[in-house]
Order: sequence, then structure tokens, then C-alpha cells
Amino acid sequence: MASPSPGKTNGPSASTGGSATELGVILPYPEEAIARRSFEPVAAPVHPLIRSLRSVAANVTPTLLMVGALLAFWQLLCGSLDATFPSPLKVWQESHDVIVHPFKGVEIGLTHLSIQDGGDVGIAGHVLTSLGRVLIGYSIAAVIGVALGILIGQSVFAFRALDPLFQVLRTVPPLAWLPISLAIFQQAQPSAIFLIFITAIWPIILNTAVGVQTIPAAYRNVAKVLALNPVEYFARIMLPATVPHMFTGLRIGVGMSWLAIVAAEMVQGGTGVGFFIWDSYNSSLLTDTIVALIWIGMVGFALDRMVALAGRIIGRAG
Amino acid sequence: MKQRSYLALEGISVEFPTRAGRFCALDGIDLEVDKGQFVALIGHSGCGKSTLLNAVAGLVKPTRGAIFLDGELVDVPGPDRAVVFQDHSLLPWLTVEENVRLAVDKTAGGKSKAERKDWVIHNLELVQMAHAAGKRPGELSGGMKQRVGIARAIAMNPRVLLMDEPFGALDALTRAALQDVVMNLQARLNNTVLMITHDVDEAVLLADRVVMMTNGPAARIGEDLTVSLARPRNRLEAIDTVEYAEARSAVIHFLHERYRNPATLAA
Repeated sequence: MASPSPGKTNGPSASTGGSATELGVILPYPEEAIARRSFEPVAAPVHPLIRSLRSVAANVTPTLLMVGALLAFWQLLCGSLDATFPSPLKVWQESHDVIVHPFKGVEIGLTHLSIQDGGDVGIAGHVLTSLGRVLIGYSIAAVIGVALGILIGQSVFAFRALDPLFQVLRTVPPLAWLPISLAIFQQAQPSAIFLIFITAIWPIILNTAVGVQTIPAAYRNVAKVLALNPVEYFARIMLPATVPHMFTGLRIGVGMSWLAIVAAEMVQGGTGVGFFIWDSYNSSLLTDTIVALIWIGMVGFALDRMVALAGRIIGRAG
Repeated sequence: MKQRSYLALEGISVEFPTRAGRFCALDGIDLEVDKGQFVALIGHSGCGKSTLLNAVAGLVKPTRGAIFLDGELVDVPGPDRAVVFQDHSLLPWLTVEENVRLAVDKTAGGKSKAERKDWVIHNLELVQMAHAAGKRPGELSGGMKQRVGIARAIAMNPRVLLMDEPFGALDALTRAALQDVVMNLQARLNNTVLMITHDVDEAVLLADRVVMMTNGPAARIGEDLTVSLARPRNRLEAIDTVEYAEARSAVIHFLHERYRNPATLAA
């Protein structure tokens, strides 16, 4: 150790703390300086798992309290014997089988999933069947919607030609498409998928178009100065700049396609959560309908979050 | 036939159609710039400086007149006239390195991947930004973003470097640091530069020539001042010289006496 400069205190006992200078010389802190410094009491270390559990609890507790309060209110309101609408307790008693055995008739393996054809299938089975249909209809809507959105966002002529048409068609409710869909396809399966497709596609088209139209002029100028060709412009500038708008459209679209499922499954009877609702209504099993509503809501919520998450991941990856 | 200068603007007029008829932004601009010369364009807001720069970049088509670079007519944008934009215009979804790489990939034909990567890093080092190669523009300060904007432009090995008020959005200290960066680059690379600025000191300190524009509409070149400060320049040495004071005084007299800011005249 090199000898420290004369100005520095170098008490023999003050060798606990020190700082490395640029020359690699360790200069000990003067003892008084160490004594002068006060330290905040250090909180007991908290395991990160416990800390994250706490933050989850802080987020979820108000929701749980609210749900509990609503259930209690509902029970109070409909608990009497002459109530026309079933109370939560009654739902639990009468639809006990539907609630606790959702996967009846469903076989889930690591690589395969089979749902018993017809007969007595649990509600999860119906939901999975519906999800399969939504997946097909929504995927087609996503691909065609993004393509059409880019077309009308990019070309003023295409925008003027098609936008009014889209604006009119997007207000048509799914149920109104039902007869048309049946007339076009004659068969239940493709008509059901068409219904989902035609409901989901409009917000995807329109939001993608807005995204393309609002690409900042700065990015367009960069593309011009770099002389990017159309393919490079599409991949390097347009797509990444449009992703946030595109995923707004895809999120609204997945919600709407899930909304269309009841209409779609009125066409295609036999399976699906839409059919389940229709069927329970026809058999006057109102409590089953309530259970199905909750399932639809939860699944719709999960779908929305999944698309939002995908948007975030893709947006970040650029 | 007369020999054209390296960069020659001949009778450039730019008119924009508006609802009230045609608006004439620039009226018959002639400007000649030699290779390796640093020209600052100065003038009040709305005098068409940016329009002129955009015309050279090819982003605006002149209504009349033509622009020649090294004897060739230029009328479409291209990477041989790299632009440093006022708002830096980095692509936020790419990292610093990828932003520069995008420009390098378009200009470094025939170079291997490793050579291109080295070239990107080399240019980032020139603006002292190699340490942030993996960061995204959103994580950088305004001055750092503009350093990357400069690196992107010079990495393209442009024949002319166009700078559109590159430091207009920065605070005074950051601006001075960036001016030093540009001065160092100019000493090393000796680019041909056309730079727009509002800042008299910036123009005098950086440029070989300060081209002063009259107020729009139908702006013209009012005066063309040669700054005789020796190169390479150093801020602290330059500001105490007679040449600096004279050039500064000439520009200020032009801007605040002969062609006052139309906004302050109205007030």
C-alpha cells in the first residue's frame, strides 16, 4: 500500500472503510467521519415472493370486497321465497352440478383435447368449443382486417371508396347478419364462423387504417432520405409504427367476436356456450344461464388481456 | 460553359397552393457551395429556410429551378444527402445501434456484416454515443438523441450533410456541447454541410459562410458572409477574435436592422 498524502488522516485503527482512488490507492476514512454518519434503521429483509404477494393482495382485495358486497346485496334482494329471480345461494344449489363439474365430457391430455360429441357436456367443454370457433373466425378477421386497414390507410382512393361502406356495415349487429350468413353458406358451421368474422373485422380495419394514416411525417421523411424500398418501408417503418393502433383494433375485435358467439351458436346448435345459454333458457334453467354468463364474462376478459399482452410484447420487440 | 460548383442551386422557387391562391415561399434562390464548405442558413422564422433545405434533400419539389450536386441533377430524396432533423426522427422501436444500422445497410453496399457493425460503432464513437448502442431513443436525453441523429447521418457517408435546426430544441449548455461535436466532426471529416439555424453564435462559430435570408414570403438571399476564422476552431479561442466579433455584428445587423423579425414589427 502506497503511503497516503500527508493531508489525510491515517489513524491506524481507521482501516475498516476506504475508497479506491484512480491510482488504486486505498485511503482510509477518518474514524470521526465514520462516527458522524448516522444510519437509518434497516428494515428486516422481506422475501421478494412475499413482497409480490403483498402487492397482489393490495390490488385484489378491493375487487374481492366489492364482489362479496354485491353477492350479499343480491342475496338480500332475491333471497325471499317469492322472488322471481334466483339468489346466489339458489344458483349454487340448483346449478351445483354445472358449477363444480365444468369439465364433464372433456378429455384434456398434453397433446390432445377431445370433447364428447353431444350429450351431457360440462360448461367448460362448451366454452372450449366456442373458443375454437372464435379462434377460426377471429383469425380470418385479423388477417383480412389488417390487410384491408393497411390498404385504406395507405391509399386515399381506396379510403374514399371503402371507408363509407365499412362505416355503414360496422353498425350492423351480429344477429342481423344471421339470416344473410345462412343464405350465403347454407351450412351451420361456416355461417357461425362468418358471423364471428363479420363482427370482429370492422374495428380491426378501422384502427389499422388510422394507425397507417397517422404515421408521423418524420418517419416518412426518414424513409425517403434513406430511400427505403416499399418492402423495407412496410417492414421497418409502417408495421412497427402501426402496431399500437393495430392492437387496439385487435383487442376490440376479440371482444366483439366473443360477443357474436351467442348469435353464432343459435345457428349452430348442439354445442358451445351460446347454445348452452339458449338451451338452458328453453329448459327454464335460469340458474344455469347465470353460470354461463359468468363464464362468458371471465373468458372474454381473459381473451382481452391475452391480446393486450401480445400487443405489448410485439410492440416492445419492434 | 460555366463550371458548376459542387452543390449548385439555380433559380430555386417554391410555391405552395393554398386556399387563398399560390403562396410563394422562395423566389429565385441561387446558391453555390464548394466541396467541404460549411454553410449556415440564417433568417427569421417563416422565411423558408426549411423549405430550401428540404428542396436540397428532395423532400420538397421546387416549382422552378434545379439543384445540381457534383454536376448531377438531384430531384428525389436519397442517402447521398443525409438529413439531421430538428426532432432527431429516430425510430423509437429500434435501438440506437439499429437506427444507425438501418442507414448503414442502405448505403454500405458490398460491405460484410462485421464491417457494417464496426462502421456503426465507429460513427457512434465519433459522437461519444457508443456506450448507449443498445438503448432505445426513449431512454436518452434530447442531446443524446441528436448525437445519434448526427451519427446516423454521417454514417451514410453523404455527399452533402443537411442539418435542419439540429440544436433548436436543446438547452444552451447541451447545444454548446453538440456544437463542439459538430466542430470536431468537421475538422475530421470535412463534410460539405448546409445547416439551418436561428442562433447567430452557432452560425458564426460553425460555418465558413453565413447565408442570410430575407423575410418571407418570396424570400431571397439577402447577404452572403464569409467567416474568416481559422480552422480547426475552438470555441474559447474563437469568441475573442476580431473576425468572430465582426461576423457576429454583421449578422445581427442584418437580422435586427435591415430585416427585422416580421412578428416584432407587427407588435
